Amino acid sequence: MSTTLAIENLSVALPRGADRAHALGGVSLALREGEILCVVGESGSGKSMTANAIMRLLPIGVAVSGGAIRFEGRDILSLPEAEMRHLRGRRIAMVFQEPMTALNPLRSIGDQIGEMFRTHTGFGRAEIDARILGLLDEVRLPDPRTVARAFAHELSGGQRQRAMIAMALALEPTVLIADEPTTALDVTTQAQILRLIRDLQRKKGTAVLFITHDFGVVGEIADRVAVMQNGQLVEEGYTADVLDRPKHSYTRMLLAAVPPLSAPGARPVSAETVLSIDRVSKTYLTRGSGLRKRSTLALDQVTLSLPKGSTLGIVGESGSGKSTLAKCLVRLVAPDAGAIRMGDVDIAHLSRREAKHATGRIQMVFQDPYGSLNPRRRAGDLVAQGPIAHGVQPAQAHARAQELFALVGLDPTATERFPHEFSGGQRQRIGLARALALEPQILVADEPVSSLDVSVQAQVLELLAQLRARLGLSMVFITHDLRVAAQICDRVAVMKDGRVVEEGPAAEVFSVPSHAYTQALIEAIPQRRRPAP
Amino acid sequence: MRVLALAGRRLLSSIPTLLIILVGLFLLLQLAPGDTVDALVAQMGGGDQKMVEELRRFYGLDAPVAVQLGRYIWRLVQLDLGYSAIYGKPVVNVILERLPATLLLMGSALSFAFFAGIALGIIAARRVNKWPDTLISTLGLVFYATPSFWFGLMGIVVFAIRLAWLPSGGFETVGAGYTGLMRVLDIARYLVLPTLTLALIFLAIYLRIMRASMLEVLTLDFVRTARAKGVAEQAVIVRHVLRNALLPVVTLIGLQAGTMLGGSVVVESVFALPGLGRLAYESVVQRDLNTLLGIVFVSALLVISVNFMVDLIYARLDPRIS
Amino acid sequence: MLLILVIAMALSAGILFPKDPLGLAGSPLIWPFRDARFPLGTDNSGRDIAAQIFHGARISLLIGLAAMTLAISIGVVLGALAGFYGGLADDVLMRITEAFQTLPNFLLLLMLVAVFGSTLTTVTIAIGLVSWQAPARLTRAEFLSLRTREFVQAGRTIGLGDATLIFREILPNALPPVIVYASVVMAVAILLESALAFLNLSDPNVASWGNLIGLGRGVLRSEWYVSAIPGVAILITVLAVSLVGQGLNDALNPRLRGR
Repeated sequence: MSTTLAIENLSVALPRGADRAHALGGVSLALREGEILCVVGESGSGKSMTANAIMRLLPIGVAVSGGAIRFEGRDILSLPEAEMRHLRGRRIAMVFQEPMTALNPLRSIGDQIGEMFRTHTGFGRAEIDARILGLLDEVRLPDPRTVARAFAHELSGGQRQRAMIAMALALEPTVLIADEPTTALDVTTQAQILRLIRDLQRKKGTAVLFITHDFGVVGEIADRVAVMQNGQLVEEGYTADVLDRPKHSYTRMLLAAVPPLSAPGARPVSAETVLSIDRVSKTYLTRGSGLRKRSTLALDQVTLSLPKGSTLGIVGESGSGKSTLAKCLVRLVAPDAGAIRMGDVDIAHLSRREAKHATGRIQMVFQDPYGSLNPRRRAGDLVAQGPIAHGVQPAQAHARAQELFALVGLDPTATERFPHEFSGGQRQRIGLARALALEPQILVADEPVSSLDVSVQAQVLELLAQLRARLGLSMVFITHDLRVAAQICDRVAVMKDGRVVEEGPAAEVFSVPSHAYTQALIEAIPQRRRPAP
Repeated sequence: MRVLALAGRRLLSSIPTLLIILVGLFLLLQLAPGDTVDALVAQMGGGDQKMVEELRRFYGLDAPVAVQLGRYIWRLVQLDLGYSAIYGKPVVNVILERLPATLLLMGSALSFAFFAGIALGIIAARRVNKWPDTLISTLGLVFYATPSFWFGLMGIVVFAIRLAWLPSGGFETVGAGYTGLMRVLDIARYLVLPTLTLALIFLAIYLRIMRASMLEVLTLDFVRTARAKGVAEQAVIVRHVLRNALLPVVTLIGLQAGTMLGGSVVVESVFALPGLGRLAYESVVQRDLNTLLGIVFVSALLVISVNFMVDLIYARLDPRIS
Repeated sequence: MLLILVIAMALSAGILFPKDPLGLAGSPLIWPFRDARFPLGTDNSGRDIAAQIFHGARISLLIGLAAMTLAISIGVVLGALAGFYGGLADDVLMRITEAFQTLPNFLLLLMLVAVFGSTLTTVTIAIGLVSWQAPARLTRAEFLSLRTREFVQAGRTIGLGDATLIFREILPNALPPVIVYASVVMAVAILLESALAFLNLSDPNVASWGNLIGLGRGVLRSEWYVSAIPGVAILITVLAVSLVGQGLNDALNPRLRGR
C-alpha cells in the first residue's frame, strides 16, 4: 500500500511562556492509502496538534518550526494559502470532537453541508440538495429532509456527529482526520458512530487519521496505532501487535491503566444497611413556551440500598438521572417523593438546619477537578471551611486539613497554594480531602475520574479503594463508564430514563446482564472482545 | 409563526414592567412638594383657601392615595395624560405635536450608529492590532468620552458659524413653505448635526462591542470547521462570523433604547429641535409635572416598542430562541 | 496616567486657586493666553476659567465616584439576591430593573431633580439611582452561572450558610467584570452630571464644567473658547476613567490580553 500522507520530522513550536517549547518535537508518521491509523495519547501528548498542523489550522501563536507534511508527494506546508484551501474539505476533511460547537448554531445542517459543494464544485442548487439528502441518508440519519432543515440545537449529540461526518465525506476526500469524534458521546452512540466511520471508510477507501485517548476505541477501529507522549512518537505498529505486545514502557503503562470490564473477586458485603433509598422521585419543571411548564421526570421511584462498607455503583448514560440521584443524596436537590434513610434519619424530609447536620455524615466528590474548587481560596481553606462551618476551631481545622492532605497523598505543606497550582488529579484529591474533612460515613462520588487521563484515573481509583478500607467508608459511585464501575463497585445499579433497570452484585451484572439495556451498554463498550494480553 | 408567538409573549411580559413604572412614578409624584393645585394656584398668582379645596376636590386629590392611584392608572390606560396648564391643552396633544421630530432624530441616529458602528467594528476586528484597528479603537474611546452637547456646540461653531454649511438649529426653514421632496431635503439638512451628535456615543459603543464580538466568534469551533472545509476567509467572515457576532449588538440596541431617548433631551435642547426631549426640559424648568409625567409614560411605551422590534429581529437571526 | 493628571488638578485646585472660582476676577471674556493672570481666559462675567476648570475637576470626580459607588452597591446587592435565590425573588427584582431600564435614564434623572431639587447631594444620589441597572444585570448573570458551578455546590454540601456562599464563595468570583464595569458607570455619571449642569439643572452654586459650557453657549458665535475648554476637560476625564477600566479589564481577564 502506498503512503497517502507522510509527516516527516515535524516540529511545532509553542509561543513563549508556555509550559514547554515544543508541542511536537520531530514526529514522523505515515498514513497509508485506505487504512485507519489511530493516534493515541493522553492530554498534552500533541495528538491534536498533529491534526491541526496537517490542516494548517494551528492556533494563533503556534507555528510549525521544522519538518514536512507530504500529501501525495507534495509538501503541503509550503503550499500557497489558496491552494491549501483547495485541499481542505475536498481532499483532506476533518471531523471534530464536540459536534455542538463545531456546527454553526445559526445555519441549518443542510446549508452547512451544502457549503462544501458551493465552495468546491459548480453544482446547481437542485444537484446540491439531492446530494445533501443522499449524504444524510448515507450516515443513517432518519428522515434526511427534516434533518437538512434542522439547526444544530435541534439534534441529539449522535445526530450532530453524523451530520458532521456527512459534511466531511461530502466530496469523498482522500484523507479524513477525526479528532476524538466520539469522546463527547454516550457509549452506545459511540459504538454506532465508530461502526459508521468504519463502514464508510471501507466503502469509499478513505484513509482515516483517528485521534483518540481511548485504547478501547483503538482496538475497535484501528488498522495501525501510533502512540504519542509529550510531543514525541513513542511507538507505532499494527493494532494487534501494539495492544498485545507493547514495546515501549509508556504504552505498557497506558494499557495497564485501562480497567478490564470483569469485576475483581467479590468482597464480602456487610448485611447492615447504612443508606436506603426508598421510591425516590424527582420531576424538574422547566419553563416551556408561554405560561405552560414543561416537566421532565428525572427520577422515577428509585429504590436502592447501600450495605455498610461497600460501594454501590450507579451507571447510566447522560440523562439517565444518575446525577440527580447523587444530588438528592446530599440534599442539593430536594426529592418530590420517597425517603432517603440514613440510620433513622430521613434526609429527604429534613429542614435546612437539620439537613446541615445530617449532610456532615454524607459527603460528595464532584466530577470537574477545575470547576469544583473555588479558584480564589487556598487549598487548605477549602478543606478546612467545612469543619469550621460545623463549629470546629479554625486552627484545629487547618491542622486537620494538613493531615488530610497527607491522607490523600498530597504534600501537607501544599495547603497554602491555590487550586490552579495543582494538576487535575491533585485537584481531585483536594476535593476528596474536603469531603473527608467532615468525617462522613458515606461518600457520594459523582463521576470523580471521568475528566482525568487514564493513568491518573487508575491512581485516584486506587486511592478511593484504599480509603474505603481504611476509614470504613461506604460509597455511592456514579459513573457512565462501565469499566470504571467494574473496578471499584461491589454492587451495580443500571439507570435509564430515571429508572433503575437492573441492580445486583457487580460481577453478576457484568457477566450475565439480565436487562436488554444493560446488555446493549456492555455490547457497546469498545474492544470488549480483545483477548487479554 | 414562532417569531410572532415569541414577540407576543414578550409584549405581554412588558405589562407588569409598565405597571411598576406607573406606580413608581405616581409615588414619586406623591413625594414631590406641592401638587397640581399648588402649581395651578401659583400660576394664577395665588388664591384663597376655599378655592384651593374646591380645586382639590375637582381634581380628586382629596381621595385616599390608593384610590388616586387607581384612577390615575385607569386614566393612563385610556391614554388620558391630563391637561397641561402651561400649554393650555391636553398633554396628549402637546406630546403628539412633538413626537415626529424625536422619532425622526432617534431613527436616523440609531441607523447611523448601528451601520457605521458595525462597519467600523468589522474593519477593526479584521485588522486587529494593526493601524486601522488602533485608529478605530482610539476614535471609539474618544467618541465615547465626548459629551454630546459639547460635540453639538462645537459642530455648530465649525459647520454653522465658521463654514456656514449647515443650519445651527431648528427643524426646518421657517417660512420657506417647502413641500414634498424639497421639504424632506430641508429637514434632512437640519438633522445632520443633531443626528451625528446623538449617534456619537452609541457609534462608539456599537463599534467596540462589534469588534469584541467578532474577535470572540472568530475563536469558536465552527469557524475552524468552516476553514477546515476550505471556505475562503472572506466567505468565512460573511457566512459564519457576521451573523453570530451581530447578536450582542442587537441585544444592546434594545437595552439602550431608553438611554438614547434620554440623550435626545440634551441634543434637542442644543439644536432647538421641537421634540419630546426639549419638551421634557421645558416642563422641568416650568415645573409642569403633568406634562413631564406624560412624556415619561410615552417614552416608556416607545422604548417597549423598540424592544419589541429588537426581539423580532433577534428571533429572526437566532433560531435557538423559542 | 491621564487620571492621575485629573486627580492632581482636583487636589491642587485649592492651592493654586485659593479664591472662590465663581467670584469675579477680572474683565469678562478675555481670550486664553492673552493675560498672564488668566491663562485660560475669563468667561462672560469675568470669572477665571482656569480656576473653574481646576475646581470643576473636584466636582466631577466627586460626583462620579459617589454616584458610581451608590449605583454599584445597589446593583451588586440586587443582582446578587436575584441571581442567588432565583425564582420569585429573581422575577420581582428583574421586573423592577427592567422598569428602570425602560425609563429613559436621563428623563428619570430630570424627574428626580425636578421633584427633589438640585443640590450637589440630590444630584449625586439621583445619578446613582438611574445607573444601577446594568451592574445589577451583570451581577445577576455572573451569580446565575456561578451558583450552579460545582465549587458552590460543594460549599452547600459541606454545610456553608447562604451568607458565606454569597459573600465568600460567589462574590469574589463575580466581581471582576463588575469592577471593570464600574469605570463605565463612573464615566457615564460624569457625563450625566455635565449634561444636567449644561441644562442649568445641576447645583448652580458649585463650579461645574457643564455649567461653564452652558454659560459659554450664549457667546458661542464669537468667544467659543468658553465652551470649548471645559468640554476638553470632560473629554479627558471620561477618557481617563475609561482607560483605567480597560486596564483593569486586561489585568483581570488574562484570556483577552493581546486583543
